[in-house]
Amino acid sequence: MSDNKSSWKWSRRDILKGLSGIPFLGTVWWAGASFSKNIQKEKSKILESLNIDAVLPPPTGSMSGDPVRVGIIGFGIRGNQLCRALGFATKSWLSDMKESVSANPQDTRLNEFLDQENLNVKLTAVSDVFDVQAEIALDSFNTDTNQIRRYRTYEEMLDSGNVDAVIIATPDHWHAPIAIAALHADVHVYVEKPMTHNITETYALREATLNSKAVLMLGHQHRQTQSFLTAQDIINKNVLGHVSLIQANTNRNSDNGAWQYHIHEKASPQTIDWNLFLGNAPNVSFNKEHFFRWRKWWAYGSGLSGDLMTHDYDRINCVLNMGIPKSVITSGGIYTHRDGRNVPDVMQINMDYPDFSTGSTQEQGKEKGMTLVYSATLGNQYDRNTILMGHDGTMHLGNRLAVYIDPRSTRFADLLEDNNIDVSVPVYEYDPAAGELDGITSATSRYFANKGLLWTYRDGKRVDSTFLHLREWLSCIRNGGKPSCGIKEGFEEAITAHMGSLSYKLGRRIEWDAGKEEIVSVPGYDLDEVLLANVERVA
Amino acid sequence: MKNVKYTKWQLFSLVLLRVFIGWHFLYEGVIKLYNPSWTAKSYLLTSQGFMKSFYVWMAGDSFISVVDTIMVAGLLVVGVGLMAGIMTRWVAVAGSIILLLLYLAHPALPGLSSGLSAGNYWLINNNLIEIAALMVIYQFPVSYYFSLEFIFKKEKSTEQTV
Repeated sequence: MSDNKSSWKWSRRDILKGLSGIPFLGTVWWAGASFSKNIQKEKSKILESLNIDAVLPPPTGSMSGDPVRVGIIGFGIRGNQLCRALGFATKSWLSDMKESVSANPQDTRLNEFLDQENLNVKLTAVSDVFDVQAEIALDSFNTDTNQIRRYRTYEEMLDSGNVDAVIIATPDHWHAPIAIAALHADVHVYVEKPMTHNITETYALREATLNSKAVLMLGHQHRQTQSFLTAQDIINKNVLGHVSLIQANTNRNSDNGAWQYHIHEKASPQTIDWNLFLGNAPNVSFNKEHFFRWRKWWAYGSGLSGDLMTHDYDRINCVLNMGIPKSVITSGGIYTHRDGRNVPDVMQINMDYPDFSTGSTQEQGKEKGMTLVYSATLGNQYDRNTILMGHDGTMHLGNRLAVYIDPRSTRFADLLEDNNIDVSVPVYEYDPAAGELDGITSATSRYFANKGLLWTYRDGKRVDSTFLHLREWLSCIRNGGKPSCGIKEGFEEAITAHMGSLSYKLGRRIEWDAGKEEIVSVPGYDLDEVLLANVERVA
Repeated sequence: MKNVKYTKWQLFSLVLLRVFIGWHFLYEGVIKLYNPSWTAKSYLLTSQGFMKSFYVWMAGDSFISVVDTIMVAGLLVVGVGLMAGIMTRWVAVAGSIILLLLYLAHPALPGLSSGLSAGNYWLINNNLIEIAALMVIYQFPVSYYFSLEFIFKKEKSTEQTV
């Protein structure tokens, strides 16, 4: 381009032409650097004031040593999922997944299963009252490396000496009887939620656990959520101030979500041991719907309070450790699924903690009292956040955490006055997959974080939280240690759920006497009879 | 190109295109350089389309810091190169590769979520348009002024004529 120039030396004009881009370059660099530095300065000022430590749960112990011999009791939908988390998938699941991957290469479920760490367990025993399910387990898990036997009853399985540990994924009314028998035999127990089906067996199971050498873990796999230690730190550092209200929710809008499960075509009195299924439930004649859709009846299930509220309750109890509420009042009804069920499909459970405190930044006298509202419908699936509402801030609690400052906060009054905080965006965000985010996160990061998809990644890999929960249980069995969801947590979960159900069925407030450690009696009623009565309402 | 005579305004437009794209790359690079918590991890993990598994692999713990460093260095080199006019053609190629990698992580294909985009795109989005602009920079004389290359090219051509 300068071919027409003949002079050897550069003219001043040439030099200027050549170098004229440099000042612009410097300006852009300066603008970017000073913008970024200013933001960092504002951020560190706010973050220093918050002083939150983002911590991941410590890894659980080694899986080496002799394999743990596990028996599965109840090999239905959840039993299948739990076995997969242990490393045992049925032949039909594997072939379904292979088909699904060939149709859609982006389906990662099979690869995630195959990549799962080996937990060094043998699945040695199965017990299921439905022949078809038990035979699927025998057909799939009898391999060169694993021998599995079917036991007609859990007693036979426990007496066989063939199991070190059992996983209980039966209908709710069987949880405690089987768990208590296993603990008496010093066989380790992983029991699905809710821990028990009535009040009496809740105490009996606590007694059995405390007197057993075996480890009991309750199946609230949400305990493995990576963000919960960070959430605890936020509470401990009093970032939210006095939390007066918490809302937690269930929203489902499908037949499956409303427990309208598939009824197997081979179900018959010949293939199902009906009396064994019934156990201590009221004696009714063979009924396929009761068998496959047992969650719809109080006789076998625990309704929204035991089935789904327990997950949300435990997630909050794991952060706040607030225990059993002083009183509970429940409302709701069967509004959508009028299909003969007697558990409600809409339920609002208000749990009051008048003496509980998360701390305070205000003058004395304003630091106590909290209500936890669990609100559920099986007629809509709009996603509502779990929200902890404090005087100084609000926390969205999930796999991702977000903290918003309250415009009337006492603690952050100075920062608010300096206009350093935008109350409409989170001042702090934590996403275990994307690292630590904070108040001035870019729209990009916030967008991805809000999708809430990322949290299941560990070390860049998606991990099943049930797998992590089972791993923790197996680590306690092998290496000792206290499970994160043991008998104390289970006792609190079960009593709270029973209070919720009792309040619904009796249409009145149910109270807890913390000194006596018992639910305050209601004149004229036996509370266990109320819980077990297979009708929508008792009063 | 030797036989082509460009008008002053044609040359000015080409130089302007080079400087503006350089400006864009440089500013992105500097913002990321001075933000210690910046990472490409969430962009990679939420990748869509046929190369998703490759990007998710890149986002793994063992690799992500290298990816982040290369990304920031790449943006800065392309930005400085285009703005100051140093090795313009080579940095245009490097810039195109960066943009292509960004595009393939979140391609504007029908059926995929448009995610963050402010606008609406079908196949072609701003990343691809910027790649096309860099191809222009590679092919045409864009270093007429505002360019260090101008000085060195002058030296070379002068040597040849003496």
